[in-house]
Amino acid sequence: MSAQQRMGFFTDTSVCIGCKACEVACKEWNDVPEDGLEFTGQSYDNTGELGASTWRHVAFVEQGSADDMDFRWLMSSDVCKHCTSAACLEVCPTGALFRTEFGTVVVQPDVCNGCGYCVAACPFGVIDRREEDGRAWKCTLCYDRLKDGLEPACAKACPTDSIQFGELEDLRVRAQGRVEELQADGVAEARLYGDDPSDGVGGFGAFFLLLDDPEVYGLPPDPVSTTRDLPDLWKHTALAAGALVAGVAAALVGRSR
Amino acid sequence: MSVEVRTYHGRQVLKTPVWTPEVPWYFFVGGMAGAAAPLALGAGMSGRPALARRAWLLALAGVGISPVLLISDLGRPERFHNMLRVFKVTSPMSVGSWALAGFGTATAIAVGGELLGLPGGAAAKPVAAALGPVVSTYTAALIADTAIPVWHEARTELPFLFAATSAASAGAALTLVTPAEEAGPARRLAFAGSAAALALLETMERRLGPLGEPYREGDAGRFGKAAKALIGAGALGLGTLGRKSRAVAAASAAAVLAGAALERWSVFRAGFQSAEDPKYVVGPQRERVAARGA
Repeated sequence: MSAQQRMGFFTDTSVCIGCKACEVACKEWNDVPEDGLEFTGQSYDNTGELGASTWRHVAFVEQGSADDMDFRWLMSSDVCKHCTSAACLEVCPTGALFRTEFGTVVVQPDVCNGCGYCVAACPFGVIDRREEDGRAWKCTLCYDRLKDGLEPACAKACPTDSIQFGELEDLRVRAQGRVEELQADGVAEARLYGDDPSDGVGGFGAFFLLLDDPEVYGLPPDPVSTTRDLPDLWKHTALAAGALVAGVAAALVGRSR
Repeated sequence: MSVEVRTYHGRQVLKTPVWTPEVPWYFFVGGMAGAAAPLALGAGMSGRPALARRAWLLALAGVGISPVLLISDLGRPERFHNMLRVFKVTSPMSVGSWALAGFGTATAIAVGGELLGLPGGAAAKPVAAALGPVVSTYTAALIADTAIPVWHEARTELPFLFAATSAASAGAALTLVTPAEEAGPARRLAFAGSAAALALLETMERRLGPLGEPYREGDAGRFGKAAKALIGAGALGLGTLGRKSRAVAAASAAAVLAGAALERWSVFRAGFQSAEDPKYVVGPQRERVAARGA
């Protein structure tokens, strides 16, 4: 048996039609509870953002004006990035968050004690605590389906193959071909987001083809895993603890009164 | 930070932290307890039994309240023991949980020895005195090791700021309760911690520049201003008339205590404010991208 390859998503937003089948399939398969039926007034997006009970989120951006026919829609299905250097996993104090054999990042709900550290650590605002439940939740990249050799529910349901699932290495090659094809066709603004293993999170396990800057879709333009700076931070903390001891020692010198 | 950043319908990029008000109170109480322990050890060794006893009791009180605050912040409090399920150096919360557990145990044994003559006190005291400063400062590493811009970017100064406010609050609390004949070290510690905290806040604000804006706005700004005024006034009192007058020393110590608590609240709220406005998240990242391109 060959070694298990790292699996991931390539979301090609240039063919997303905003049907939200991914959102529905994810909720259905993973039994994710309803988390608000609200009218946001923000284009066709009444989901808002990823969260404890939203593991796929379709963003809708309207650009230009319909009057002069210079108008375009951007639609993009967002998901947990399953980072190579995953801050949520690294800061988790209980070991509830772990790296699977597929290279994905998953929370063990029977271990999580709801400390909330992962929520503040994620540079994408993906993971969150489910208030009525007290634990942190996010996309598992359908860990249960992967174990049975199935593709994740969102990718299965996507009617345009905007969401592509596969071995990460293959997906990166395919994405490079796709972005070159688009640029040759005159879509100069096509670019890949999260495909570079030398970025601040070591590359995403779920990366994207975008048609504008990441922040237009609500994504950070230069995400960094906070633990990259931890060795330095520990050094400063040790020095500060030492300074505290020195300060106490100095205060003890001299008269008692 | 006046640059207009592009956003998705103005929505925030990061999640707002889910941490409750117990957390900044823990930073204050746990930090104070951590600084009290080495002072207690030193006071005992330098022949100041009244100060030593009170400092050990302060450490014990603080380390007794701390777990209550921390457990009540959890989404699943009944699973608090999972904090000691693994030890992870990549997680300041994991390191801190072990440090707090060790510090609490050592402090309890130290107090048992100090007050009741139970065995083990002599061995436990140096352990508590060594772990205390870790408890006082790891909380800075904890919040700086997040994606929250004002916490992560302040990672150089925050551990020193937390050390200084911990020293100031332990010194101030002990100035209040220790008889004048032995209160000198506590008063000097409160003064030095206060002066250091003010200097560090100044350094931090200058270095952060526009990134530090959330520290000056909203609740964080109000708490921060009040904290500086109280710590400044307290330090002034402790450094001058407080050396002679009990009343001035007590009033000054109370001001330092209130200021140190407010300073933790200011830092805590600034983190929330910087997560809630996408300009603080996208702006600096966009500048980094531009700098790399240039």
